[in-house]
Amino acid sequence: MKRGLTTFNIASLVIGFGFLYLPIVLLVIYSFNASRLVTVWGGFSTKWYASLFRNEQLLDAIWVTFRIGLISATIATVLGTFAAVALVRAGRFRGRTLFSGMIFAPLVMPEVILGLSLLLLFVSLGLPRGFWTVTVSHATVTMCYAAVVIQARLSAFDRQLEEAAQDLGCPPIKAFFAITLPNIAPAVAAAWMLAFTLSLDDLVIASFTSGPGSTTLPMRIYSQVRLGVSPEINAVSTLLIGLVATGVIAVYLFQMRKRREA
Amino acid sequence: MKARRDRTGLAALAPFLWLGLFFLFPFLLVAKLSLSDTALAIPPYTPRLDWSGGIAGLKTFFAALDFETYARLTSDRLYIVAYLSSLKFAAISTGILLLIGYPLAYAMARCAPAARQALLMAMILPFWTSFLIRVYALIGILKPEGLLNTALRAVGLGPLNILNTETAIYIGLVYAYLPFMVLPLYAVLERQQHDLLEAAADLGCTPFEAFWRVTFPLSLPGVAAGALLCFIPMVGEFVIPDLLGGSSTLMLGKTIWTEFFANRDWPAASAVAIVLLFTLVVPIVLYQRQQAKLMEAGR
Repeated sequence: MKRGLTTFNIASLVIGFGFLYLPIVLLVIYSFNASRLVTVWGGFSTKWYASLFRNEQLLDAIWVTFRIGLISATIATVLGTFAAVALVRAGRFRGRTLFSGMIFAPLVMPEVILGLSLLLLFVSLGLPRGFWTVTVSHATVTMCYAAVVIQARLSAFDRQLEEAAQDLGCPPIKAFFAITLPNIAPAVAAAWMLAFTLSLDDLVIASFTSGPGSTTLPMRIYSQVRLGVSPEINAVSTLLIGLVATGVIAVYLFQMRKRREA
Repeated sequence: MKARRDRTGLAALAPFLWLGLFFLFPFLLVAKLSLSDTALAIPPYTPRLDWSGGIAGLKTFFAALDFETYARLTSDRLYIVAYLSSLKFAAISTGILLLIGYPLAYAMARCAPAARQALLMAMILPFWTSFLIRVYALIGILKPEGLLNTALRAVGLGPLNILNTETAIYIGLVYAYLPFMVLPLYAVLERQQHDLLEAAADLGCTPFEAFWRVTFPLSLPGVAAGALLCFIPMVGEFVIPDLLGGSSTLMLGKTIWTEFFANRDWPAASAVAIVLLFTLVVPIVLYQRQQAKLMEAGR
């Protein structure tokens, strides 16, 4: 069979990717619109970016969101690595079914349920809601994504190298850090990036678990969107999209180059 | 060797305890609260568990719990409508996603390897960009004076009122969840052996017959994974019905949010969450089994 593309295949690709990208492209274009109206093109302007950098509330929210993302992604990656090792390496330990259930369920669990249950936990423990409650909540959900990403790489990794090191007298923990960890490092890095962006994006869980002074960027965006479209939100969205796209494309190009060298 | 394996299980300890405390235990609190009564207090429910009361305190605590909140849910038509429409939106959207996602994943899998890599990255990229921002981008297109109507007017067609209707929710759900459907489908289609199709052709199958009798049955695990990965979170979706559906559409995720934030009725929000959870338990277990099976196969 020929592996060429039929007209139908090409149409599917064009329509599918067009549908995915058109709204984002339009959002980016209109962030440079001089007019406040969404549909009227009033000429090119960067004034919304300028007013964004004067908007203290928004800048505060960005700063809070980044700190939450950095800390929660780091916790999530460490815990996720442990979880992945247990899932791939530990065979059938006690409570394995429950454990893998707790790893996979949060991936599909509606966020409102996660947010509500975490909030009730913090209330019953008498913890004041704020920066740390959001951070812990994000770490809880994103560690499951991290575990799945790392688990995929770890199960493809040849265990014999590590076993050889152990046979030569290397303690298992040292063998893990010296041999396995460098080998799964790309997946660990990818897991951290995924955890970080998921934390950056989250509206629902943050709304439930945050308190005064810890309003995150998605919460600000949400309240602005509910009030009506504000051009500053276009600007901040464009910056976020640009940041993420640059990161993802850079990683992609890096991988392609490495593959070509290999 | 055995001693080595036993110690590896210890790696599970930290994540196990963490998830036990922050994921599993909170569900018991939600279940408990759904049996409590609403009160004008902070936090706004009664009875509150008082550990200092000892066994007697626990007894009075459990005696005060009842199923009143659940009775309230079944007697109020709003909750029933929200429940049914959540299932309806999620089921129909999953169907539409399959119809759009399958040809897309199929076409991606048929491209040359280099193009495949680029397309795969293009499919993953929206997954990394903010969900909220992508929904927000749709508002700019769908609203009455938005870009869609501007474009329609330019070709002489009447304005369409899409924002704040059910159609907007369907568009939003399909738009936001498309990568979640395409990626598992692509994963199974890309791995498929092409000599199978050649063999089918040699045996006299038309291309469509070969697709229907070989490719499609072999891709069913991907279909199941994609459908579950989309259906389960869509039932409890909040952002899309809230921002695109307007005030008249009801879905469970939105109901929990409104009960909690607007009505401050924590027991009702918890009871709705428990109902949602029970509805999703079967699909979640199915999804988890399938992931575990894929994991075993990949090892």
